[in-house]
Amino acid sequence: MDLDQRPDPDTLLTRLAEEEARARRGKLKIFFGASAGVGKTYAMLSAAQQQLAQGVDVVIGVVETHGRKETEAILRGLTILPMREVPYRNRMLKEFDLDGALARKPELILMDELAHSNVPGSRHPKRFQDVEELLAAGINVYSTVNVQHLETLNDVVGGITGIRVWETVPDQAFDSADEIILVDLTPDELLQRLKEGKVYLPHQAERAIQNFFRKGNLIALRELALRRTADTVDSQVLQYRRDQAVSPVWQTRDSLLACVGTGEGSDRVLRSAARIATRFGVPWHAVYVETPELQRLSGIQRQRTLVNLKLAQELGAETASLSGNDAIGTVVRYARDHNLSKIIVGRDHPRVWRPWRRSFADRVGKLAPDLDVIQVAREQGAVYAPRAEGYKIESMLSGLQAPWQSYVNSVGICILATLIAAPLHSVFELANIAMVFLLAVVLVSVRYGLGPSIMASFLNVAAFDFFYVPPRFSFAVSDVQYILTFTVMLLVGLITAKLTTGLKFQANVASRREQRVRALYEMSRDLSGVLMPEQITDISQRFAETEFGAKSCIMLADDQDRLGSPLHAAGHAPAVDIAIGQWAFEHGSEAGIGTDTLAASPVMYVPLKAPMRIRGVLALEPSDPNRLVTPEQRRLLDTFARLIAISLERIHYVEVAQSTTLQMESERLRNSLLSAISHDLRTPLTVLIGLADSMTMTQPPPTGQQAEIANAMREEALRMRSLVNNLLDMARLQSGTVKLNRQWQPVEEVVGSALRAMPTLMDGHVVRVDLPEDLPLLEFDAALIERVLSNLLENVVKYTPSDSTIEIGAAPNGANIEIWVDDNGPGLTPGKEEVIFTKFERGGKESTTPGVGLGLAICRAIVEAHGGTIHAENRPKGGARFIFSLPCGTPPSVEQIEDHAVLEVKA
Amino acid sequence: MSDPIPVVIVVEDEPRIRRFVRMSLEAEGYQVFEAETLRRGLIEAGTRQPDLVLLDLGMPDGNGVSFIRDLRSWSDIPIIVLSARTSESDKVETLDTGADDYLTKPFGAAELMARVRSQLRRRTAVVGSAGSVVEFGNVCVDLRLRRIERAGLPLHLTPIEYRLLAYLMANPNRVLTHHQLLRHVWGPSHSESSHYVRVYMAHLRKKLEDDPSQPKHIVTESGVGYRFLL
Repeated sequence: MDLDQRPDPDTLLTRLAEEEARARRGKLKIFFGASAGVGKTYAMLSAAQQQLAQGVDVVIGVVETHGRKETEAILRGLTILPMREVPYRNRMLKEFDLDGALARKPELILMDELAHSNVPGSRHPKRFQDVEELLAAGINVYSTVNVQHLETLNDVVGGITGIRVWETVPDQAFDSADEIILVDLTPDELLQRLKEGKVYLPHQAERAIQNFFRKGNLIALRELALRRTADTVDSQVLQYRRDQAVSPVWQTRDSLLACVGTGEGSDRVLRSAARIATRFGVPWHAVYVETPELQRLSGIQRQRTLVNLKLAQELGAETASLSGNDAIGTVVRYARDHNLSKIIVGRDHPRVWRPWRRSFADRVGKLAPDLDVIQVAREQGAVYAPRAEGYKIESMLSGLQAPWQSYVNSVGICILATLIAAPLHSVFELANIAMVFLLAVVLVSVRYGLGPSIMASFLNVAAFDFFYVPPRFSFAVSDVQYILTFTVMLLVGLITAKLTTGLKFQANVASRREQRVRALYEMSRDLSGVLMPEQITDISQRFAETEFGAKSCIMLADDQDRLGSPLHAAGHAPAVDIAIGQWAFEHGSEAGIGTDTLAASPVMYVPLKAPMRIRGVLALEPSDPNRLVTPEQRRLLDTFARLIAISLERIHYVEVAQSTTLQMESERLRNSLLSAISHDLRTPLTVLIGLADSMTMTQPPPTGQQAEIANAMREEALRMRSLVNNLLDMARLQSGTVKLNRQWQPVEEVVGSALRAMPTLMDGHVVRVDLPEDLPLLEFDAALIERVLSNLLENVVKYTPSDSTIEIGAAPNGANIEIWVDDNGPGLTPGKEEVIFTKFERGGKESTTPGVGLGLAICRAIVEAHGGTIHAENRPKGGARFIFSLPCGTPPSVEQIEDHAVLEVKA
Repeated sequence: MSDPIPVVIVVEDEPRIRRFVRMSLEAEGYQVFEAETLRRGLIEAGTRQPDLVLLDLGMPDGNGVSFIRDLRSWSDIPIIVLSARTSESDKVETLDTGADDYLTKPFGAAELMARVRSQLRRRTAVVGSAGSVVEFGNVCVDLRLRRIERAGLPLHLTPIEYRLLAYLMANPNRVLTHHQLLRHVWGPSHSESSHYVRVYMAHLRKKLEDDPSQPKHIVTESGVGYRFLL
């Protein structure tokens, strides 16, 4: 047989699991339109009415009718979920009630306007995030989107209509919809509807037509919507093809890299990059290079780059913020490291004061001739240059900031230079004296930075002029050539200061990075040795304090997936809200400050994801929220959380291993004790039975009485044997260490072997077996179930006259198979049906019937270990019935085996 | 019986059990050699040219399973294991290692003698198996022509069923574990799917036995395997 031809079961399982996950997730259907008024909401409601007619449980989460009569009419019959009231700035605003919807759990929910922004204080800032959670909970969602609300088309639409909307949906959320239905209306019809007042309320219509609903606009918007829908269909086709293929081909060579700058138009560059990446179907990266120059930017400027990086992330990019002296070199290196072949940059405007400087794109092209460079336009009409100049000055001013000591020391150096120059003045030429002052300027700028260096330049020039340039002791300059000396001195000071600041910044960044790595390294070293969750809390708290300036604590999840109370050292506790922590834990995503979920909370909740499961939640309360925002810090936080999670998991498994060892040890002890007892009891019994047997074999043969005695000895020894067997079995079953050796097998087989095991005991009883032909296989431990049947049969033989009939039968009953042993003897004493299954209970007190009453107790223990039940009853026709049931489970298919076998024989 | 006297080696550390086993065997006319350690047992087995070995598993100088492994490396004489260990996994282990039958202590002389006789008979039957036609109950199997008749009527078996029956018939009176059956009939890749064996055994019983729920030839050793009785 060729094993390779069979599909790999692991692959099949993974695919099944994926399909299952997809099946569990709700389906998102989006009604997509070119503009307001085309009838999206109406179409959505009509579709919902159809679903309702088919018996689907449909509710309305949110629907905005804008007072349109037709739309309101079609609402009839649909349940509308009550809205939640959210207090906001002394007003009560109505907002969609996500928790209510999740608790109601309808099959289908309607969520109008996917791009809607929720009232601040809601769980998610955006409605599409609410929808995401509904889908994850397995609820199907219908929603509506206008083309101008799509993130990547937002600026295009803005350009066409002159109106920018601020509520947007990331393209990812749109593209992840299972179905997209385009609701289309020709511009003429739409305008007609508008005139008839069907779209907006009549008094608003005129203004709206003038601003937005111009025919040209509508045609363009319609084209955009149609094209976007076509793109989606196209990518679905591609996806389908990819799914059918053996393995998808991932062309990383074609990936894109977008450069984020500080300028105004960067968001436009990112949107273009996202559009291009989507068109090509390739992943893309966005990077921001922090150079010494940019380091000196104002807070607002830096904030803008962070916003841009976040936008890139939302648009689906992998983002990074790099640090380097030379932005171009750093970008090119990143591109090469990540196999990115196309670099997208915004088009530079020629700068007035440096017309010779080549554009960013040109310089990238020069450095990396093998990479494609794509220039895209920044925002139309963006005023780029003056703004740049603005922050140039600002940054220069910020360079002047230095501690006053630096200035004092600089003055000291200048005085020193003047004094040193005094004795030299008589020996050297004036030009060489200037060198001394120059040296002083260089020293000051190297040590104290820009501000002091400018000051030193002026001071030195002044001192040089005053003391040494003739006419001496006056600021007057007799020779014009000294002007050059002054200029050079000033320039040298400025250039040196600038270079030094750059170097210092580099060194700072490097040492910060090194510090961070060392902190991580130390933390992981500390974590590797811990054995208690409290130690982990200590270490993580220390790390959070130094790296994020945050108070922190850890909440561990128990086996029921509930978070426990926060673990933290005294006095450093952040004000945690367990409910948010629980949300973060259940959804496996971050929540709280700096995230999309409940951003108003002052604490950030990070799930601790370990390889096996989420171990708990880390809560951080940063003193400065900005410290958690940069991508670099987020990555650090990620690593931090992961290290903690892995340590927690390690501790967990150490505990598991310890308890397992303990359990195994005690199990081993119990087993060896039992088998020692078993051996010690069985050996003398063997001797006893054997010797009684061999007495009958002696020569000459024993007399009648001797033979009788020998036989009686043997009989008693055999009874002793069954007693010992029962006692040992009971002990084993009760110790809870019996491992069921469950196998799929026919009931018939175990009935046969039970009957065969006791032929001599049946003395005179008639046995009838009646098992249905189509009885499925059952999963049980054959030896133990044989024991159950033997004990039941023995029991029947014991308590019924010798000519009774025993009937063994079986039949399915619901999810179980029932197996019974019937007799037509005297039956059970009424009221005793249950008691007989308890230990040491016998059918008839004081009777001569042998046994201690363990047999039925053993039966019950065995059957219950199999997840079944056993009971006894009197039959209406007389006699007793002992009946036990075993769960059916899902037996392996017999047909499959048959096919397989035949195939194999042919092969 | 004009055959030479069968030689049986009893490897057992309990002298009284040895004694009664010896008495029972000698009463039937076998020649018996005793060994109270495994080492001694191996020496006896190597020198006495035995026809059968009776082996206690729990010996003071080691586990009987290793004795079976040693003995099987050079001999295929029948081994009957006598043991106080009752768990099915112990039985399966000894049988898979190469023992032919398994008797749980305490046992009676009659039980022991029946097992001994059937093992010796099997040996002579296998050694002198000349005829290709085997009969049991009302079934007649012609191994050469691959033809099976029951009560004079031809009986159809699927290829797997036939292979299973042939393997059972080649090892009469011997306990065959599920594992052994799977390996011989289905091949080594199916050693985990013991329900194949059970399902096909049920098919075979339906075709060959008068009352499949109380079989006379293909009997079940619960939790261990099957034994084919001629």
